[in-house]
Amino acid sequence: MTARIRNRTGQFFRMRRFKTQVKSVTDTSSTILGEAVARATPAPIASRIRGLSDRSMAWLFITPAIALLLAVNIFPLIWAIYLSFTNFRANRPNAALESVGLSNYSRVLNDPNIWQAMQTTAHFVFWTILLQTLIGFSLAYLIDRKFRGHAFWTTIILVPMMLSPAVVGNFWRFLYQPQIGLFNHIVSFLTGIPPSSFEMLGSVRLSPWAIIIVDTWMWTPYVMLICLAGLRSIPDYIYEAAEVDRASLWRQFWSITLPMALPFIMLAVLFRGIENFKMFDMVTLLTGGGPGSTTEVASITLKREAFESWRTGRASAFAIILFVAVFGLANIYVKALNKVKQR
Amino acid sequence: MTAQPPVPSKQKRPFFLRRGPMENIATGLIGLGFLMLFQPFLLIFYTWSLVTLLAGTVMFIIVSKFPE
Repeated sequence: MTARIRNRTGQFFRMRRFKTQVKSVTDTSSTILGEAVARATPAPIASRIRGLSDRSMAWLFITPAIALLLAVNIFPLIWAIYLSFTNFRANRPNAALESVGLSNYSRVLNDPNIWQAMQTTAHFVFWTILLQTLIGFSLAYLIDRKFRGHAFWTTIILVPMMLSPAVVGNFWRFLYQPQIGLFNHIVSFLTGIPPSSFEMLGSVRLSPWAIIIVDTWMWTPYVMLICLAGLRSIPDYIYEAAEVDRASLWRQFWSITLPMALPFIMLAVLFRGIENFKMFDMVTLLTGGGPGSTTEVASITLKREAFESWRTGRASAFAIILFVAVFGLANIYVKALNKVKQR
Repeated sequence: MTAQPPVPSKQKRPFFLRRGPMENIATGLIGLGFLMLFQPFLLIFYTWSLVTLLAGTVMFIIVSKFPE
């Protein structure tokens, strides 16, 4: 018994000695590195830094980032909030600003045209997110099977996401041409309808769907990429255990794959949702909000209010309303995401 | 047989200071405001959507700081 205790005590002390030796080697190397850095630092800077505490040093390093954030993000937001309570017009920047109280908000919230733009935005966001999530997840599920040439197909699928929206908008205009457009000819080939009998961008009924198709084509790869990361993070042993329990593929999908990939899917939906609320460039290039105002999403109405009607104060109020909506929704969405992650 | 000493009951916080239910109310308000903003049925719902959204968002920011 005594011998065993002595043996264990010996082991303990040997281990402690080893740890001390490792620590001293690490300390020595970091000291050498520190000395080299100190020698390389110019004398005036070195003397200034030496007097600073760790906390001050931390502040010193993060201050430029905070200053940039304040200048680029926070200041424009506060300025927009201020402008939303004034009669500011961007074409008369030197005119004296007058406070109009809540009148801009009241006008925006009682304007049937802006209400219509909100509905167009909701239609666009709902369908793009639904299609992108369904197709994106399905593609990720297929790519995750690791069939022959899956890396090549992944690259091919990712190409639309890498293109500029300006390029995508322009070439889809050509694809949608009723006489020479490839899209109309494919639809004609599949359904037998003459290609020049319908106009995707000129029809009141079809133009919202034309934009939804283009956005889905462009951004589905993005959703696929995030879902693929989620699917690849599921450990194989869970599937092996399910197979031992004779769980069917259908059961494995509903009980393992989907619940474990859900936080990633939710994240993709959040990113795409926020992005699609701000959709401007592609709609402008494809339809410019037309025909009439059928595809006039909120951001296009906002731009027209601010820089065509020159009611910039009112446009600021509209922007703040959109900001509150997206911010509020993102808050509850993040709460839901955290709950899903904790499961 | 010895008598058990009385265990002091943990004092419950008032309803409006409890994080869970208040967060749920705030979430409901935000959801309602969001639906009101984008619904195509009544303009009056659209008009009052910002107030509902703002109330929910401010409430959520405050109550999410309450202890669990």
